Amino acid sequence: MEKRVTFKGWLLPLLLIAPQVLVSAIFFFYPAGQAVWQSLFVQDPFGLSMQYVGLGNFEYLLSDPYYRASFLTTGLFSLLVTLVSMIPALFLAVVADRLIKGAGAYRTMLIWPYAVAPAIAGVLWLFMFNTRVGVVSWYLGTLGYDWNHVLNGSEAMGLVVVSSAWGRISYNFLFFFAALQSVPKSIIEAAAIDGARFWKRFWTIIVPLLSPTTFFLLVVNLVYAFFETFGVIHTITAGGPQQSTTILVYKVFSDGFVGQDLGSSAAQSVILLFVVGALTVFQFKFVERRVHY
Amino acid sequence: MNKISIGVLAVGSTLLSSIAAYAQTEVHFWHAFTGRLGELVAAQVEDFNASQNQYNVVQSHKGNYSETLNAGIAAFRAGEQPQILMVFEVGTATMMAAKGATRPVHEVMAASGTKFDQDAYIGAVKGYYTSTDGDMLSLPFNASTPVLWVNRDAFEAAGVDPDTDLSTWQNVDKTLTALKAGGSGCPLVTAWQSWIHLENFSAYHDVPFASKDNGFAGLDTKLQVNGEAQVAHLNAMGQWAKDGKFIYTGRRNEGGANFRSGECALFTESSAGYAGIKSEAKFAFDVRPLPYWEGVGNGPQNTIIGGASLWVMEGHEDDEYKGAGEFLSFLSSSDVQAKWHQDTGYLPITAEASAATKASGFYEENVGTEVAVIQMTAKAPTANSNGLRLGSFDQIRGIIDEELEAIWAGDKSAQEAMDSVVERGNPLLRRFEQANR
Repeated sequence: MEKRVTFKGWLLPLLLIAPQVLVSAIFFFYPAGQAVWQSLFVQDPFGLSMQYVGLGNFEYLLSDPYYRASFLTTGLFSLLVTLVSMIPALFLAVVADRLIKGAGAYRTMLIWPYAVAPAIAGVLWLFMFNTRVGVVSWYLGTLGYDWNHVLNGSEAMGLVVVSSAWGRISYNFLFFFAALQSVPKSIIEAAAIDGARFWKRFWTIIVPLLSPTTFFLLVVNLVYAFFETFGVIHTITAGGPQQSTTILVYKVFSDGFVGQDLGSSAAQSVILLFVVGALTVFQFKFVERRVHY
Repeated sequence: MNKISIGVLAVGSTLLSSIAAYAQTEVHFWHAFTGRLGELVAAQVEDFNASQNQYNVVQSHKGNYSETLNAGIAAFRAGEQPQILMVFEVGTATMMAAKGATRPVHEVMAASGTKFDQDAYIGAVKGYYTSTDGDMLSLPFNASTPVLWVNRDAFEAAGVDPDTDLSTWQNVDKTLTALKAGGSGCPLVTAWQSWIHLENFSAYHDVPFASKDNGFAGLDTKLQVNGEAQVAHLNAMGQWAKDGKFIYTGRRNEGGANFRSGECALFTESSAGYAGIKSEAKFAFDVRPLPYWEGVGNGPQNTIIGGASLWVMEGHEDDEYKGAGEFLSFLSSSDVQAKWHQDTGYLPITAEASAATKASGFYEENVGTEVAVIQMTAKAPTANSNGLRLGSFDQIRGIIDEELEAIWAGDKSAQEAMDSVVERGNPLLRRFEQANR
């Protein structure tokens, strides 16, 4: 039978979890409840009049083909950000792990981009890729490629993906690097003696042993791509050209804080809540099965 | 004993000074200006505070236009709103619909007992902010209008006469072809595409932008930007974009960098671009009136303004409103206005300030600064050229930007794109109507 440490009585355990519950209630449940409440109304920006519309806001949104298209854009964007931020991070971690001298210096430098605020990162990339004065676009021009992300949707998407993923590479690197350190050297050495080459060892030993970390990062990066990237999109493309980089959370922001349409904005955040909830359940139910702890 | 008396003195004097400060009524003024413009606003406020001792105006910067409006709305919801809030022209319908949140400027002025003659203000400027009964609801503060900027050196480099007639788009079309043939990599660039090439275009050609007098006559307005005149203009621009004669650089004023660096020959931009172009351009430049299509609509009518106005918010004490009225009256006075106009390139808001500037010889010394004033005031505004009063207009502009990008990229024809603007924009107008019923 499993051994458990249990408390006698209710008071102490309740007291111990109270701070966390309080924080969640004030900063998560209360605003989320407000969003659900507001999503049922159409109101003017100043809060002078409110009209109950039931599910009218949701109907209005879901009947808009541009809103529906934004789901696809968001899916593509999140997938790309996750891949672009995780694969290079894993590569860098593996390489840094094999270093014998100067590992500390490399590690420190690889972590730097994480310290740059998203909006500033956005502006940096914007300057480099500015269609007329950007350094990168100028070099591309000399190679005969006409870079123009203000009119070309795929280029705009590429640019916001790279800008969003760039800082995250550092974050992912930290976790992969720590995980690699905990892979037992004895197993790797045993495999090497058996004649397994680096790539064989990588795929059959390291990747499976990293899977808990990979799974954690997958969840965290998807959530990041969904919710925390609007600063980058706001500074670089503002959702354009046309609607090629309008992801769901950017639309929540622009309808709510630029358009002053609180009802629609609230309804969008409720929809987003369900999407991310469903996604998380899916990940834990299906993806986690393949994870070896 | 000595120490005690010093202490008493100190306490007494603190009390006295706080009483003196208390006697001054504070009037808070939130605005969206930084840099040089921020300094000029701060100077206006200081001058006002120094000119009398009853009121103390406290100015604070609250971010860009959208952020300032948001700050004002959030503050109103929290009961912390300032007495005076700067709102950009796009937010005008939002503010007008918010009865109970704002107090019309003409009422504030009447109650404060300052001299206030609504006819002293220039019609095309105040029209944007005036009710259909002719009462001024907010005070125009910084107003500008689009004009055509010409890089004379770029013309000469391409072998085109810089003095060529650019008053009509027909002539501009020929000139663009000549510039392109002469090797110009950027014959035409624009800022604020929706404001210049749709909103002002419609007013300038006296064709409607939206029904119900562009929204002035009611909230049940519908967009009419897919009219013949607008589509023809955007078709021409789409063709120029395709031929590399019109270079698209972005939705805001990104094009300014290209023009000021000398890369572009022609630039459609606000008259308020004057300060920046004058200080940065290392080439000879000209200001010309915005071109019109000969034979389309009733062009040239007058252009409309962009910029911001000052709104007085509800929920304050009577003497604070008196102070707000005094301050707005100070801002409208001829000297303050004339200086503001000359320092910034924004339009004067009163005919008197305009005349004072003219008399001072400013226009002769700064050639081209008068173009915008003439373009705005040459004709009395019609129902199509008073301005625009549409709810959710920031979002509608976003839609227009998207659809214009589709034209420039060659993904849609001008007709398809403008039909789509109407189809996507009208539901936003209906939502605004519903929210403000």
